[in-house]
Amino acid sequence: MLEIKSLSVHYGGIHALQGIDLSVPEGKIVTLIGANGAGKSTTLRSIVGLVKPTGGKVLLRDAVISGKATQEIVQMGVVLVPEGRRIFPNLTVEENLLLGAYARNDKEGVLKDINHVYALFPRLKERRTQKGGTLSGGEQQMLAVGRGLMSRPKLLMMDEPSLGLAPLIVKMIFEIIKQINAEGTTVLLVEQNAKAALEVADYGYVLETGRITLRGKGQDLLQDDRVRKAYLGEVQ
Amino acid sequence: MTLSLLFQHIVNALSLGSLYALIAIGYTMVYGILRLINFAHGDIFMLGAYVAFYGITLVSLPWWAALLVSIVFTAFFGVGLERVAYKPLRDSPRISIMISAIGASFLLESLGVLIFGGRPKGVPVPDVLSRVIHFGSVSMVTISLIIPLFTFALLGVLLWIVNKTKTGMAMRAVSTDIEAARLMAVDVNKIVSFTFGIGSLLAAFGGIMWSFKYPQLNPLMGVMPGLKCFIAAVIGGIGSIGGAVLGGFLLGIIEIMMVAFLPTLSGYRDAFAFILLIVVLLVKPTGLLGKRQAEKV
Repeated sequence: MLEIKSLSVHYGGIHALQGIDLSVPEGKIVTLIGANGAGKSTTLRSIVGLVKPTGGKVLLRDAVISGKATQEIVQMGVVLVPEGRRIFPNLTVEENLLLGAYARNDKEGVLKDINHVYALFPRLKERRTQKGGTLSGGEQQMLAVGRGLMSRPKLLMMDEPSLGLAPLIVKMIFEIIKQINAEGTTVLLVEQNAKAALEVADYGYVLETGRITLRGKGQDLLQDDRVRKAYLGEVQ
Repeated sequence: MTLSLLFQHIVNALSLGSLYALIAIGYTMVYGILRLINFAHGDIFMLGAYVAFYGITLVSLPWWAALLVSIVFTAFFGVGLERVAYKPLRDSPRISIMISAIGASFLLESLGVLIFGGRPKGVPVPDVLSRVIHFGSVSMVTISLIIPLFTFALLGVLLWIVNKTKTGMAMRAVSTDIEAARLMAVDVNKIVSFTFGIGSLLAAFGGIMWSFKYPQLNPLMGVMPGLKCFIAAVIGGIGSIGGAVLGGFLLGIIEIMMVAFLPTLSGYRDAFAFILLIVVLLVKPTGLLGKRQAEKV
């Protein structure tokens, strides 16, 4: 569904992505793992057009999307749940969700999807009239995911959804990711929590200082010595 | 001071406060979205007054038609100004866009002198607006009543747009996090244009009403009101629409009451706005209704 071909990004003098290739097959969960500063967020941000690539291209179902404006890319069904959640603190929970559906004009569909999100996250329904800024970290992450779903994504990209959350909440978020995927949405997941990510993922990529150094099935990477040493914290 | 005189002062204070509020909203909305102080806003106010003036005198439009033409024209002018002077600098350091705003202000004032002429022009105030009406012993000019009425109506519409419509929701989203709003497929350029359009429309309305109340035009007429309304927006808490309204009314009311009760100090009425600003900022640096906000990087 999504193909990235020798994508390069420069920030000033820094070569943040040095020609990476990555593919996300339809209906699968793909994860991109790596240390801080490896270029994981940069990859997602350039897919969705927040960062302008300096080389290479991004294709969505064989159509080039790199170079398009973010709002066009989002309307084509590529949606990013950003790092740090970035919900709108001054808007209510429901307004945050409605904003996720900003580009849509099918009122009934939007209403249906809001109820679907409330079914996934009953906590959000309880807090629907509360301002986003008053939610706890876990609730904000639920809201960020729910808001992403409101755009009716074909490809949902998530940047560090487990960051700073309690283990129980992390578990729940990963359950939800599996459920969203089972309902037919392709997922590209960026995580520092490599173990959890590889466990749910069909395919995994390891990114190190702007290059892909390893790729494989999620289960295989979990067993890979290099991955175990570098990312799963196993001492041998 | 008699009761009727006091009442007259109150009406005057409300109408001046209304005008300040209308202009202050433009500052606060643009600041809320772009973190930009649009120094040219006072000159937009001037432009609105001149366009209506020429509509009445050159094209002999009825005053209300000139008013409509002028606010529509000025709204589009404000949108165009943003496109030309601010949009190319949106990703530059904040100081660049600020300097561009100062430049735009001087440019509009100089163009005003060039095109409209530097000599003050007398505004033909329509009869309906300059009629004196009497309530018992209180007498007042209709314009002083009409200004607050229209202002409240416009404020009602504005609050409805900002709080109840999809565009308003997007405006609120853009004002807290432009990038996240982009990720929601919000066309940020459209929202910015819309904001400049609304702000300029309100300033034009304020400018025209101002010119009917104080019927004289000159190309620098926007400087002082512009500065004071910026102060009003800061006093109320810049970025907050309610704050701008509160600041505007506060400034108008205090200014009129000072002149009324302490006529010997009336020469200092402009200085008073600055004193109030300093006091408010010392006590509450975010302004009366402003919220503490982390500086966005």
